[in-house]
Amino acid sequence: MSPVQTMPPRGYHLSKDELGADILEVAMGPHHPSTHGVFRMDLKLDGETVVDLKPVFGYLHRNHEKIAEDISYPMSMPFTDRLDYLCGMTNNWAYALSAEKLIEIEVPERAEYLRVIVGELTRLVNHCLLIGFFINDLGALGTPLLYALREREKILDLFEVLSGARMMVNYIRFGGVRCDLPEGWLGECQRIVDAFPAFLDEYETLLTENEIIIARAQNVGVVTREEAIDFSLTGPMLRASGVNYDIRKVDRYGIYDRFDFKIPIGGHGDCYDRFMVRMLEMRESVKILKQAIRDLPDGNIMGKAPKIFRPAPGEAYGRIEAPKGELGFYLISDGTPIPYRFKVRPPSFVNLTALRHMCLGHKVADAVIILGSIDIVLGEVDR
Amino acid sequence: MPQRETGPIGDPTAITIETTIGYMGAIDHQGVIRRFPELEWDDFSGSLILSPERVDEVVSWLKEDPAYRLDYLSCVSGVDYLEKEEKTRVRNEAGKMVVKTSLSPEKMEVVYHFYSMEKKTGPFILKQRVHSRENPVVTSLTPHYRGAELMEREVYDLFGIHFTGHPDLRRILMWEAFQHHPMRKDYVPPNDYEYEPTPHGDVLQRARERREELEGQSP
Amino acid sequence: MNNFFDLKLVELGRWIEAFFADFPSLKLVVHLLLCTLPLALSFMGAFAFTTWLERKGLARIQNRPGPNRVGIFGLLQPIADGIKMLIKEDIVPERSDKLFHFLAPIMLMIPALIGVGFLPLGDGLHALPLDSAIIFFFAISSLNTIAVFMAGWSSRNKYSLLGGMRAVAQMISYEIPLVLSAVAVIMIAGSLNAQEVVASQQISSWVGSGNILQEFFGRILGWNVFKPWGFAGFIFFFVAALAEANRSPFDLPEADSEIIAGHLTEYSGFKYAIFFMGEYISAFAIAGIGVTLFLGGWNGPVFSGLPWFVLKLFSLFAVMIWIRGTLPRLRVDQLMGYAWKFLFPLAILNIFLAGFYHFIERQWGTAIAMLAGWILGFGALQLAATALSRLNQSPIMRSKRVYQLVE
Repeated sequence: MSPVQTMPPRGYHLSKDELGADILEVAMGPHHPSTHGVFRMDLKLDGETVVDLKPVFGYLHRNHEKIAEDISYPMSMPFTDRLDYLCGMTNNWAYALSAEKLIEIEVPERAEYLRVIVGELTRLVNHCLLIGFFINDLGALGTPLLYALREREKILDLFEVLSGARMMVNYIRFGGVRCDLPEGWLGECQRIVDAFPAFLDEYETLLTENEIIIARAQNVGVVTREEAIDFSLTGPMLRASGVNYDIRKVDRYGIYDRFDFKIPIGGHGDCYDRFMVRMLEMRESVKILKQAIRDLPDGNIMGKAPKIFRPAPGEAYGRIEAPKGELGFYLISDGTPIPYRFKVRPPSFVNLTALRHMCLGHKVADAVIILGSIDIVLGEVDR
Repeated sequence: MPQRETGPIGDPTAITIETTIGYMGAIDHQGVIRRFPELEWDDFSGSLILSPERVDEVVSWLKEDPAYRLDYLSCVSGVDYLEKEEKTRVRNEAGKMVVKTSLSPEKMEVVYHFYSMEKKTGPFILKQRVHSRENPVVTSLTPHYRGAELMEREVYDLFGIHFTGHPDLRRILMWEAFQHHPMRKDYVPPNDYEYEPTPHGDVLQRARERREELEGQSP
Repeated sequence: MNNFFDLKLVELGRWIEAFFADFPSLKLVVHLLLCTLPLALSFMGAFAFTTWLERKGLARIQNRPGPNRVGIFGLLQPIADGIKMLIKEDIVPERSDKLFHFLAPIMLMIPALIGVGFLPLGDGLHALPLDSAIIFFFAISSLNTIAVFMAGWSSRNKYSLLGGMRAVAQMISYEIPLVLSAVAVIMIAGSLNAQEVVASQQISSWVGSGNILQEFFGRILGWNVFKPWGFAGFIFFFVAALAEANRSPFDLPEADSEIIAGHLTEYSGFKYAIFFMGEYISAFAIAGIGVTLFLGGWNGPVFSGLPWFVLKLFSLFAVMIWIRGTLPRLRVDQLMGYAWKFLFPLAILNIFLAGFYHFIERQWGTAIAMLAGWILGFGALQLAATALSRLNQSPIMRSKRVYQLVE
């Protein structure tokens, strides 16, 4: 089983240096300020150019799937918070969706609207963090990062009031949500959502008018349309390459067909496009939030779920458009309250397939930016 | 075309829209059965069961055929089935209800979920089934879908299923020197987590002695 | 009121030396000590103050308070930092080249301190008066490069090596625009002596006269930065000075989001403090030369002399801190492309512009020279800059990007 080199990208040639200079092997190791978690890249450098790249991860592997085969279905819900620890709500929602496919539970209207509200707030939270860290990786020493995190803090305070925890929320249950909105929450949410576009405008001028960011992020890490589909990329990475595929529009899970929103599609497939697509997605999320807050009906927050969740033998694959891509849960049940197979399809893990292809031929500094634009979270990659 | 312009001298302006086609429904499997009548379709789970030799042919047909156009591989999972005794109540020849025990053989499956990005159609499930748990060997789909690369490495790492045709098959989540395959149903976690599962040196010696001691104690 | 402090300080120096009038050799030693020791000590004190200024400034730009625990407004923070650095364990990697690992920080401090000695702080306050002071300064300040590379090489660490290589490439590339922009000034001033360059930035006809208004403006309007070639030269000099001092946006050698700390990775404790100090003091030195060449040195309206020099030096440094908090970093190849393909041709053009201005001033007087200089000369420079930036950008960057919004 000797490791054979994977297929290099089109037009890339590995030529030996005329002076016969050695190739420097560096591990941008697990302890690194910019690798977004315990992630290692074994780089082979020729001067400053990346000649080969091997991503190594598994430092955060907690064997979530094996644990889930010992405990019952609802008991796995808190573990899903820890998958993509920045977006707890959407992980919960994906798992609830798959479980609701195993047993047909009807989710009441109010619960669906609440799920959409917290889901889109989670998308804002995740993209804020990402655009902040992207400019931080470019070297701006924290100033834009702190501005973005300040906005994120406001939304995390909302989550804390609602569910008791900022990130590990454990809020969504099979058939609905756990608890109803406290008083004043909706008004506060409305205020935050109304103030958000001002922050986005300020941030966008940073992008469109700053020559250094444009010079460093454009034409770096390009993925063409066909390559994106071939690499099974999903989420903003796919849409930045020009493919029109957003699971909210395609599957229409939940009540997303009632909202009027658009999907931004980029043209070039480089880091700048991914960045801009995420900025535009934030604007669309704000639109969805305004509509959802306006139309939120009264009613139950929990449908008729059985006391002991014991589905009939069968299997189900439920997926949602998480902020990072397609988050899917594949459940096989054998008639007992404990799942037979619990498989998580993490978006960051699959998006990493394209890392080597994107980085070859670029410089070390670009490798950091490309990794930042894929938007990985090690909790999800390693599970 | 819907547009929002920006750039080095940018001033964002939004213009009109194209409409995404939504969910076009589940994929009808009759086409596959007509083309490959000898293949098995499992109604219970709604999936196509394949043995590793037929995979290349069927998958490339599914990718090209205009009715299917499955260009997006969403999820690759491994599933492990031990040999299991199944008891069912059937009527025997005399008309009495008796309990019949059958032995379902051990097998390992690799489950693939395909979607079509072009036609926006729903999941198509393919299962590669091998009946050997000692040395399971299946065909890799990496030559057809490059996205399968990391996912198949994970299945190899956690289940021990070997993929022929995979360009770089090595462990991904566990470290290189790790010995067993954790997600298998008969995996025994180490007795004492203080000792490394694959230790060396005097730690290995101590681990061996402790294991012998514990095995000597339990009947 | 003019030159008040300078004259007082020179008197003080002479009074102290007068005690040793009977021992000429001792008097020489005391004279040397009086020239250099206050300079070194005050710049180290300025370094301590500047670390506080930088942390507070960056923090306020980033919407957070900054150090405010130790002392009022955190003013005693540099003392706390100093104590921390001194009591830290000095870890030297086992396989490193011990001699060079030890020498590198010292090699950084020495050129920095010598460079500071060349600055004309006031009328008569000049520690190392040399006739070719400016060129000597540039020669000494390029020793920084050797020190940085020594640090990177001797640490036997791949990150440090990367940092060291980047540093050498960057510092060598930016020496040229630095010196070329100074050449324009030296050409017009006619001398390499720092004091003469400063003196040439007073409008001498106005300063001698008794008119208060003329005295006031005579000491401001003569600065080189108000002339077209001086303004452009100042911009080039400042950008190249940022690169020489390894400050953001040119801090690739210590880019801490990519290669952790570059050449500084393997240094801890006191050696790190010396590196830090050496970098800041060399930043002071280059800023000081910038003040001397372009901003009029110690010239100022009322309290001419040392206070103005200090004010200008700190405001330049404050601008450096401001830029650090705002701009992201360039990539190595873009950085060197910027130096060689953009700044270098423009600096040469600037020299021509200076000559053009000088001859028009000779012929037709200052007012017409100003008009012609600003409109024609500066306009030509601006055109050249635009043309070069268009040439250097790739076509993808010049195209507008279109994002579709799909329903």
